[in-house]
Amino acid sequence: MNVGFIADAIPIYGRAIIVTLRIAVLGILFSLVIGVICGLVAYCKMKAVDKLTRGYIELSRNTPLVIQLFFLYYGLPKLGVMLSNEACAVIGLSFLGGSYMAESLRGGLEAVSKVQVELGLSIGLDTFQLIRFVVFPQAMAVAVPALGANCVFLIKETSVLSIIALRDLMSVTKELIGMYYNTTESLLLLVVCYLLILLPVSFGLTFLERRVRYAEFGV
Amino acid sequence: MTAQKRDVILDIKGLRKSYGDKIVLNGVDICVERGEAVVIIGPSGCGKTTLLRCVNGLETHQGGTITIDGREAGSKNFDWILVRQKVGMVFQSYDLFPHMTVLENILLGPLRAQKRTREEASGQAIRLLERVGLADRVNDFPRQLSGGQRQRIAIVRALCMNPDIMLFDEVTASLDPEMVREVLDVILGVARQGMTMMIVTHEMGFARVAADKVIFMEGGVIAEEGPAKEFFTLPKTERARRFLNTFYFE
Ligand SMILES: Nc1ncnc2c1ncn2[C@@H]1O[C@H](COP(=O)(O)OP(=O)(O)O)[C@@H](O)[C@H]1O
Ligand SMILES: [Mg+2]
Repeated sequence: MNVGFIADAIPIYGRAIIVTLRIAVLGILFSLVIGVICGLVAYCKMKAVDKLTRGYIELSRNTPLVIQLFFLYYGLPKLGVMLSNEACAVIGLSFLGGSYMAESLRGGLEAVSKVQVELGLSIGLDTFQLIRFVVFPQAMAVAVPALGANCVFLIKETSVLSIIALRDLMSVTKELIGMYYNTTESLLLLVVCYLLILLPVSFGLTFLERRVRYAEFGV
Repeated sequence: MTAQKRDVILDIKGLRKSYGDKIVLNGVDICVERGEAVVIIGPSGCGKTTLLRCVNGLETHQGGTITIDGREAGSKNFDWILVRQKVGMVFQSYDLFPHMTVLENILLGPLRAQKRTREEASGQAIRLLERVGLADRVNDFPRQLSGGQRQRIAIVRALCMNPDIMLFDEVTASLDPEMVREVLDVILGVARQGMTMMIVTHEMGFARVAADKVIFMEGGVIAEEGPAKEFFTLPKTERARRFLNTFYFE
């Protein structure tokens, strides 16, 4: 084990962690936004838009992220759309995550009983108020574990971002191995970095789930 | 008979409702005046719940008219969202919003639907809670309450919207027997204060004291109706007599 190498490499990994984190956070945020929109469209059975979001969800779930990234980074410029590699990464991750979030949220929305909807209607709430104050909070409580699992999944998916020349954890590792042949040390640092990101996230989610389950009211 | 104008809050004429081929309401006429308590009884499946659900627009009807406060459902300036704010409904399942405290449950309609101020509405909510003996539970969550307590909160939730009429659909039918009384007492209190009500119930003792008028339904039509005293002491139809007899042991 080359301790000197590890010490020298830590700042490089530090910068790469920030890149990976930035993309993961943005990707997760946009995924949630897309998920909420598509989930609500499915729940409200908005006819015209529903076909569109269904199509998106099928497309997104049934193509690998690598291929989505290839298309964004190498395909789009041929059509005249140039995006930075970080933008591609965020868009690719959101495109993938959006459908997963949508499906999880739809599960939560559909778990809210019809009685709750009728109660809301019976006190004169309009559709927007009904969703905002009655349906959505209860759906979120049900969906939190699945949404959390999606977050972990998306963070893990960032490991394929190196194919579009992003200086994230994976590509830094490949680079160092290529230059110095310190394979063991480099991979060890990579694993440690991902653990550093994912362990707190997992603990946070467990805590959140417990909170939500406690608030999960039940009869 | 005086020529005095009747103050009709709810006027149902020739109401028809079917699910697919199954006719559930087959021409129902009911007129409810302000301050009147109308009790609807009848065998299970005769359409009582469906009738109430039509009155606050949870079901659509296929024929006849429903006129609430002078406006006919489906007509131009009729809006169910506004009408429901004036038609309180309490369901058989004693459900509250599980993610909200008692106070939030009660205030959701007044604050969001009616856009009243929190100060004014919560004042009224507390007064109503005191009346049903649950003022100390304002900050509890529904899961901490018994069925009877929840149903009393559900009644307060509807009352806090200052409705013109209240609809009660077998509100004690799912409760444990020892909790039935506390809920019926609350409804009786509300009736005594002059609230206009349409009550579906199988509690005949309660119906007898709460009702001004009794409507006996069977098979989607009104089989008999009349003042409560007359109906319970001397029902006119054989069917009503037989139905009432099922509640007594000889
Ligand atoms: N959503 C529905 N779909 C089909 N049939 C229904 C539905 N709701 C009620 N019914 C039928 O309508 C009839 C009247 O039901 P309901 O109004 O609940 O009766 P009640 O409240 O008097 O017991 C019953 O035969 C019931 O099976
Ligand atoms: Mg019923």
